[in-house]
Amino acid sequence: MLEITIFSLLNGTVYGLLLFMLSSGLTLIFSMMGILNFAHASFYMLGAYFGYTISSHIGFWPGLIFAPLIVGVMGALLERYALRHVHKHGHVAELIFTFGLAFLLEELTQFFWGTDQQAYKGPSLLDFPLFTLFDANFPAYKAFMLLISIGIFLGLLLVLTRTRVGLIIQAAITHPNMVNMLGHNVPFVFMATFGVGTALAGLAGTIAGPVMGTYPGMAHDLGSIVFVVVVFGGLGSLAGALVASLMIGIIQTFAVGLNYSVSDFLVTIGVSFPADHFLHDIWTMTLPQVAPLIPYLMLILILIFRPMGLFGTRET
Amino acid sequence: METAIRLNRLHKSFGPTPIITDVNLDIVKGERHAIIGPNGAGKSTLFHLISGRYEPTSGDIELNGESIGGLPPYEIYRKGLSRSFQVTNIFARMSVYENIRCAVLWVKGYKYSFWNRVDNMEDVNERTEEILERINLADRAFVPAGLLAYAEQRALEIGIAIAGGNQVIILDEPTAGMSHSETEQVVELIRSVSEGKTLVMVEHDMGVVFNLADRISVLVYGRIIATDTPENIRANPAVQEAYLGVEADHE
Amino acid sequence: MSTLTDLRRSMVAEARRRQRLTWLISAVVLVALPWIFSSSFSISIMTQIGIAIIFALSYNMLLGQGGMLSFGHAAYFGLGGFLAMHAMNYIADGAIPLPVPLLPLIGGVIGLFFGFIIGTFSTRRAGTVFAMISLGVAELIAALSLIFVGFFGGEEGVSSNRTKGPDFFGFNFGPDIQVYYVAAFWALIAAIAMFLFSRTPAGRMANAVRDNAERAEFIGYSQRNVRMISFCLSGFFAGLAGGMFAIAYEIVTEETLNMNQSGAVLLMAYIGGVGYFIGPIIGAIIMTLLRTVLSNFTELWMLYVGLLFIATVMFVPSGLTGLLMMHGPAWKRRSLKRLLAPYAAISIPSLAVIMGVGGLLELTHFAHTTSMDDRVMTLFSIPMNIDSLLPWAGLIALFIGGVLGVRRLRPMLLDAWADANGAGGGD
Ligand SMILES: Nc1ncnc2c1ncn2[C@@H]1O[C@H](COP(=O)(O)OP(=O)(O)OP(=O)(O)O)[C@@H](O)[C@H]1O
Ligand SMILES: [Mg+2]
Repeated sequence: MLEITIFSLLNGTVYGLLLFMLSSGLTLIFSMMGILNFAHASFYMLGAYFGYTISSHIGFWPGLIFAPLIVGVMGALLERYALRHVHKHGHVAELIFTFGLAFLLEELTQFFWGTDQQAYKGPSLLDFPLFTLFDANFPAYKAFMLLISIGIFLGLLLVLTRTRVGLIIQAAITHPNMVNMLGHNVPFVFMATFGVGTALAGLAGTIAGPVMGTYPGMAHDLGSIVFVVVVFGGLGSLAGALVASLMIGIIQTFAVGLNYSVSDFLVTIGVSFPADHFLHDIWTMTLPQVAPLIPYLMLILILIFRPMGLFGTRET
Repeated sequence: METAIRLNRLHKSFGPTPIITDVNLDIVKGERHAIIGPNGAGKSTLFHLISGRYEPTSGDIELNGESIGGLPPYEIYRKGLSRSFQVTNIFARMSVYENIRCAVLWVKGYKYSFWNRVDNMEDVNERTEEILERINLADRAFVPAGLLAYAEQRALEIGIAIAGGNQVIILDEPTAGMSHSETEQVVELIRSVSEGKTLVMVEHDMGVVFNLADRISVLVYGRIIATDTPENIRANPAVQEAYLGVEADHE
Repeated sequence: MSTLTDLRRSMVAEARRRQRLTWLISAVVLVALPWIFSSSFSISIMTQIGIAIIFALSYNMLLGQGGMLSFGHAAYFGLGGFLAMHAMNYIADGAIPLPVPLLPLIGGVIGLFFGFIIGTFSTRRAGTVFAMISLGVAELIAALSLIFVGFFGGEEGVSSNRTKGPDFFGFNFGPDIQVYYVAAFWALIAAIAMFLFSRTPAGRMANAVRDNAERAEFIGYSQRNVRMISFCLSGFFAGLAGGMFAIAYEIVTEETLNMNQSGAVLLMAYIGGVGYFIGPIIGAIIMTLLRTVLSNFTELWMLYVGLLFIATVMFVPSGLTGLLMMHGPAWKRRSLKRLLAPYAAISIPSLAVIMGVGGLLELTHFAHTTSMDDRVMTLFSIPMNIDSLLPWAGLIALFIGGVLGVRRLRPMLLDAWADANGAGGGD
């Protein structure tokens, strides 16, 4: 039990901080531009694929640098030459556009890399167990992921609280209509925001690819979860995104680790059901099975009871 | 005398900032009442409170003796109060005709019906056409409302407010941004549609106010400093100091 | 009697005559189609189109008419399908004496039921909150469908036999052609019903709430109730389409209610044009044809669909129908023929662009997937060796030439457009 707790906590934090890296970019984009970027996880996927391709030619470390950069530039160009075009048709049109973009990017990924999972590996330098506890290993690469995520988190914190740009961003987050009045070059700010946000997603993909798998469905698998995170934490709130990321990361990891079913619980209170009962599926439902449902339940509940999310101040 | 609207110790604050402070006001049934005051005094906020867009922080609002404070706008509308907005607030993608027709539907009793076709509702359509004639938009009936000229949109704004035929009408700056001749037309329109009804309006144009209103209230910094007949308001030194003097400088 | 009243009366009468004629012609066409396209392949496609039309129209009750962007409409389609499938099994067992063609109604009632439950909390707001709830609910239902194996049948889904129902005028619905007529019947009925709904107070107010939810509350309507009605009815028709799907395929799997299906209906409605009643119908026809016909020619059809969708969102947000409707003024002025020559001219370089891009994509895809000893691909009936430079250079030249041609001809087209629409009064 202790073993499960410790490892779930560690893995959950790794996963949660990864989610934060994605959701912070998404939140940034939403706060500055008012766009909920449906394709955000697709940039995460691109990060993993670029990371894979670069690493298979010149190694993991250059990939770690260049893949997110390429993704960020792609994001900025997409903003400049496509999204800006759609902007004048309103937010629903933008949402539909990013939805289509997610669809297209998945198809393009399959076009260039095929439908199979890619053999994207972490660096051999980190290919050892960092420590062993109760016969289970904690790989060094995961510790590395943790470090990078924390580094990004601290970096964001520093930029937001200590720099001029950060102050502008903060102002924009709390007063969305102010961006226009800041007297800055708004189109450029938008492009840069989108670039940085997508680059963060790309970085998340580059470091997560070797662990979580590099395959065409990876954007879809994570995309909805990232949405849950930003909506749950409160649209536009970085603190909310952090809390929600860690919450979802840890809860989901725990649920996967604890192999209990409803009937296990019912047996302890002395209730049991025959195997051919028509609600059989419910009695035998296990926590790992339920794990994927938890984020969506959280999303629906928060939207019903607190549409602005945990830390949010505005509804839409 | 019966009151149509009674405001009783009404307060409204946004966060720590009080915008409406201890407002008491009785609007008599059948009167035309104007509310004047400098920019930012809280006139629109007062209308938002009465019409249900905002909830009062404290105090009470009565419509025909019934408390309506905090009810949603559609409940207040169904109790007989309709309004227009200072900033044009129409259904931009629908035709002018549809704009008015939608505003007629509830009062004619069709509610949420999804089995009656609007084309078959002679009563609704004839009322719609009557309103369109009155607001002078009959020849623009099938144009999308978003494509109308500014003055036409203002006329439509008023048209939506009066279409249902509610007994209490509140108009927020109906002549805002209009030329002199347009204003005159609107004044005549307001005069005719408010015949036999209760009208409350916010207005900056003093000509319109003194021309139309039976009584005037002056709102300054969220407080009503005077309510009286036009002559008395004009002579009231406090009003002159607080408002009319300032306004005269502006113009 | 005012002139406006007269005008309105004549407009309504005229519109009514036109609508009756349209429905009549549609009915005749639906009856006649199997004689024209009689292969079993085309009959199956036409059945699918019928289902897609109901589904896409139901989606547009939300997006186009009500301003609600849903990312999870397949949930109602799929749940309707599963329940109809179970009902079909009961029918086959003789447990319920329901004729098979009425099964879609069961799907519809289920769609209505779930629409009601989910609508109670999701219709309070439109915009992003609504979109996110629809996404969450759909993901939840899709995930649940993999857990509740007993009801959803797991990966294999639920299947049944449509021919075991009680006697229905001597038809047993074994042959596909009979199923086509059932689908055509429901498509026509559903389209008429949804059109009539858009003309009722609830339908008109759905538009009003879409345009300006706040103002709608100041003319007596609760925005939530207005959305709720559209939402429930939309769920009903989506479920109806799902029930029809169950009859047509005799198998319903998780794929009918997952996110891909929800995305597909959004694509159909949007590409067709959400601003028009007929838009989703056109979208359903085109997308079904793309899916069934194009997929026979290329594995990359999804990629092309994605490109088409993005191009639509960026350049023609009013969809294909919007594109057609733009020609209305010119049609009325009887000057449409002035556009014919410019269109014909510009279609040549446009085709070159499309062939260039498509060709390069196909060739690249072939190069990716082929083996060492199969190096020749036949494209546009021309054998092309991927190891030689020629096909690549040719396709690139085709593409660039096309782009240059389009650029060259554009001013002429714009002139002709202004001319056809009466210069100055254009657009
Ligand atoms: N939703 C809100 N949140 C915070 N402050 C508000 C809000 N609405 C209005 N205010 C403030 O309340 C004050 C009164 O505004 P209001 O619009 O009622 O004035 P007004 O008398 O109608 O002015 P005008 O003549 O310019 O229309 C203003 O200072 C405004 O900034
Ligand atoms: Mg005001």
